[in-house]
Formats: sequence, C-alpha cells, structure tokens
Amino acid sequence: MLRMVIQRILIGIVTLWVVSVLVFIMTAALPGDVAQIVLGQSATPESLAAYRAERGLDQSLFFQYFGWLRDMLSGDLGTSKAGGASISSLIGNRLANTMQMAALVAVISVPISVGLGLMAAMYPGTWIDRSLTFGTLTLISVPEFFIATFMVLIFAVNLGWLPSVARVSDTDTALEWIQKMAMPVIVLTIVVAAQMIRMTRAGILNVMNSPYIEMAILKGVKRKRIILRHAFFNTIGPIVNVIALNLAYLVSGVVIVETIFAYPGLAKLMIDGVQTRDLPLVQACGMIFCGTYVVLIILADVAAILANPRLRNPK
Amino acid sequence: MSDTTQIDDVDTTIYDELPDAPPKKKLKLSWTGKLGVAIVAFWVLMAIVGPWIAPFHEADIIADDSNMGPFSVTEGEGTHWLGSDYLERDVLSRILWGARMTVGISFIATLLAYLIGVTAGIAAAVKGGWIDMSFSRVNDAILSLPTIMLGLLVVVALGSSIPVLIGTAAIIYASSVFRIARALGQDIMVMDYVESAQARGESIWWIIFREVLPNAAMPLATDFGLRLVFVVLFISSLSFLGLGIQPPHADWGSMVRQNLEGMQYGALTPIWPALAIASFTIAINLIVDDISAKSGGDLAKKMI
Repeated sequence: MLRMVIQRILIGIVTLWVVSVLVFIMTAALPGDVAQIVLGQSATPESLAAYRAERGLDQSLFFQYFGWLRDMLSGDLGTSKAGGASISSLIGNRLANTMQMAALVAVISVPISVGLGLMAAMYPGTWIDRSLTFGTLTLISVPEFFIATFMVLIFAVNLGWLPSVARVSDTDTALEWIQKMAMPVIVLTIVVAAQMIRMTRAGILNVMNSPYIEMAILKGVKRKRIILRHAFFNTIGPIVNVIALNLAYLVSGVVIVETIFAYPGLAKLMIDGVQTRDLPLVQACGMIFCGTYVVLIILADVAAILANPRLRNPK
Repeated sequence: MSDTTQIDDVDTTIYDELPDAPPKKKLKLSWTGKLGVAIVAFWVLMAIVGPWIAPFHEADIIADDSNMGPFSVTEGEGTHWLGSDYLERDVLSRILWGARMTVGISFIATLLAYLIGVTAGIAAAVKGGWIDMSFSRVNDAILSLPTIMLGLLVVVALGSSIPVLIGTAAIIYASSVFRIARALGQDIMVMDYVESAQARGESIWWIIFREVLPNAAMPLATDFGLRLVFVVLFISSLSFLGLGIQPPHADWGSMVRQNLEGMQYGALTPIWPALAIASFTIAINLIVDDISAKSGGDLAKKMI
C-alpha cells in the first residue's frame, strides 16, 4: 500500500514538473523580444543588452528554464512587468483571499452535498431523487456565470439584499464582509455541490449493487439502515475522492466567480495579468493554480487507494 | 403498437445484413430526450441560417437607446424583440449571429477533438506497447491541468483568434476523448469476434474499421454530446473573461459579460445570451442522459 501511495506521489511530482515545463514554454516562447516589450521602442541597444544580461535572457532557453525553476522553488517569483513590484508581495494578500473563499465554500458545500446525495440514493426514483437529479443536471450543464448572473439579478437588483460586487477590504466590518462574501460563496457552492451530489449518489448506488447489500436486503434489513450502516462506510473512499476532485474543480470556478464579482483574489490578479500581458505574473499564478490542482488530484487518488482494500492490496 | 414495429424491424435487419448479426436496437427517446433534440436542432438551424433571418446585422448600432427593454421599438427600424445592448445593438440579432460563433466553433472544435482523440486512442488500444505508453503519459499531463488555466496560458502565448480557440479546445478535450476511445478499444480488442477475425487473417485496418469502430460508435456518439457541452462552456467562459471570441463578432459568452454592467440599472440584456447557452447545453445533456439511461449504467460510468 505504501508503495502505491509513494508511487502516486512520485507520478504527481513528475506531473508538476511537466506542468512547469508547459507553463514556461508557453509563456517564454512568445513571439517578440521580452526586453523590447518591457523597455519600449525607444530603448537603446546597450540598455536592451544590459536588460537581457540582467534577466539572463541572453542565455539559451534551456538555462533560462532552470534559472526560472530554481527561482520558483526558492520562492522568488520574479517582478511584475507593471510597476516592477515583486510578485510575491502582489500575490500574498490575494492568495489569502482566494484560500479564504475556497475554504468557506468547502465547509458549506461538503456536508450539504454528501447529505443530499445520500438522500437521493436512499429514495431512488422518488420525487426527491428526481428533482435532485434533474436540478443538478441543469446546474452542471450551465456555465458558472449563468448562475452568477441570475443570482445578481435576484439578490442584488430585484431584492437589493446583497451587493453585486465583492471588493472586500481590511476596513470592512464583520457584517459588510459577510454581505460581500455571500454572493460569490453561494454561487461557487451551487456549482460545486451540484457535481458532488451527483457523484455521491452514483457512488452509493454503485455499492448498492454489490452482493453483500443484496444479502442485507434478503435478510430484511431496512433500506435506511442498509445505506447508513452497510453502504455508506464503503462509499467513504469514493466520497473523499469526489470531495478532493471537486475542490480541484473550485480552481476553475474561482476564475469566473472572482472576475464576475470583482473579488480581489489570485484568479482576478491572473486575469488582469493576462489582459496586460504581464508574463511573470501569469506564470507565477498559473503555477500556483496548476500546482494546487495537481496536489488535490493526488490527494484524491491517495484517498481512493487508502479506502479501497482491493487497491490497497493489489494482486 | 410498438411491439409490431419492432418485430418487423428485427426480421428485416437480420436478413439484410450478415446472417449472424444481432438485431439492431432501436433507440426510443422519452419526452425529455425529444425536447432536447428539438432544442438542439433549433440552435443548429440558427447557427446555419441565423445571419439571414436576423432582423439586423450583429454590428449595427441602430437602436434609439442602450439597454432598452424587450419589445421596444426604434422608429423607422423595427421592433427589438429582446431589447438593445449597451452599444445600442439589437440583442435578438446578436444572439442569432452569435449562434454561428458559439455553436459552430464548439462543434468544429469537438469534431477535431474527436478526430485526434479517437485516432490516438484506437491506435494506443490496438498497437499497445510504447505507442500506448507515450500517448498515455502526454495525455495524463494535459488531463492533470485545469482546462480554463490551459486555455488562459495558450491565449496569453498566442493571442486570441478563432483558429487558436478551436485548436486549444480541440487539444484539451482530445485528451478526454483519447482516454475513452482507448478504454473502449481495449475492451473490444479482447472480444471473441476480434480474435476470430484475427484468426481468419483479417488485416489490422479491417479489424479497426469493421469491428472496433462500429462497436465503439454508440458510446462515442453519446460522449460526443457531453464533450460538446464542455467545449461550449469552455469557449463561453473564455469569451466571458474577454479572452475568447473577439468583437465585433457576437458570441453568447462575451454578450453576457459586456452587458453585465447594465444589470445594476435593471437591464435584462445579459439574461438572453445566458439563457441561449443554458438551453443549448441543458438540451444536449437531456439527450445524453436519456440515451445512457436506456443503455444501462455502464456507459455513464465510463464517461465521468
């Protein structure tokens, strides 16, 4: 078992490395001379050469990559093109904001979705199950911004209860903060929960087809008891897997939601960087997002291995 | 009634084809599936004829005012059935023109993803060995990244244009197609009928085209629907972020974004393109759900 887990983690590290190569190539192999772009048309050849030497741009792409990787690993994320501020300082606050939102969403959505998924699996074919299945199908097939747009229409425009932008700041009172956070958190929760409910339901129904459940049914055990005592514990593995996968989906959800609500998070920073073509900033944010995603996926796999005796002791 | 038609069906198909071919199953959709088919057909039709039946051009600035409500009238021009947008353009016309962009581009990208994914997947399944190894590893790397991040990075690197969008979406989603095609191919390659074809001395191409592909066709077709939904969402999301289809072309995702401001003043403009996207994607999912429910749970599991 330990071997499988270690193997999975090693594969994850290799994946992270491939990701870093991808991110570097995509951003470094851009058409155009970075020095020229940064210093502008009026730069003299001497200043261009000086800039290249300073940044190591006169070296081959191969050396540039390892220089970049070394800096990244040692926590030096470079300086932003706009304003020349260090990227670490730009990211610090933003990252905390994004983590805060993601944590809040996770805390709210996980219990709700596991509960609703269980309920749907407990009474399959009833109106509860059908409305949940249809509702979640609808929600996963629409874009995040669709849900966000409707939420704004209802709660900000028509009812006027919540602000339609979430520009949180340090000077907010607790109530202001809650009001500002409410809308993005609700939207993300809906998006993630829909996915999780479906997967939880599918996971439990899958277990319900196994022989020992059939045995329990034949013994005359009540359905509720079968699910809570027999099926649920055997679906913990798949459910933990589902949760980790969905927290990974949060990574993409966050991009849209932060943009829509102007929430000062990391994703918003990255999108701004994309629009101003601030490459070092995009590289750094991209690595953070992709890295988080890969780590969560590995966690999901490890959870699946730990929870499943058949994977734990492969033949 | 349905019984008699099915019996007729069985009789003809058995004798029309190879003597030992199993009877073809006829696909019957429930009313939700039929509704889905109707909506999808409507948008596909609009993607083709939209620009001709739209009352105005997508870039025409003709309305009296920006963010007018539905059914408002501009003197001498006509009625704006869905109102006007923030630049005084007709919303209905832009949605009809946008169908070509959103539906058309997504469709081409998905088709391309299938071409790449199925070719590579079947090759990996049939050939195995190092082809399988190398394809699978590259695939794992692509699949282990959030799609929207990959999209963002590519757009930063290459700039946003329609070919770049199609290519990016195609490569990203080809990786999931690859996984499914490979799994299906591997399942089919160990079947008795493939073994007997190999024993008969049929060539590898015969086996691929006469055994593997026909048997993988139905699951792949269903998955095509799901993939199309993902591509529509991907491209609309990029457009929504201002990085997808560029103005002056109308596209549903960017229409939502551009008109979002107006909603604070009570304009309903962003709702219509958002509804267009939702109706299209939900309709596809209704069809897919219906088909996979009919063909047993196995299919649905493979496609997650």
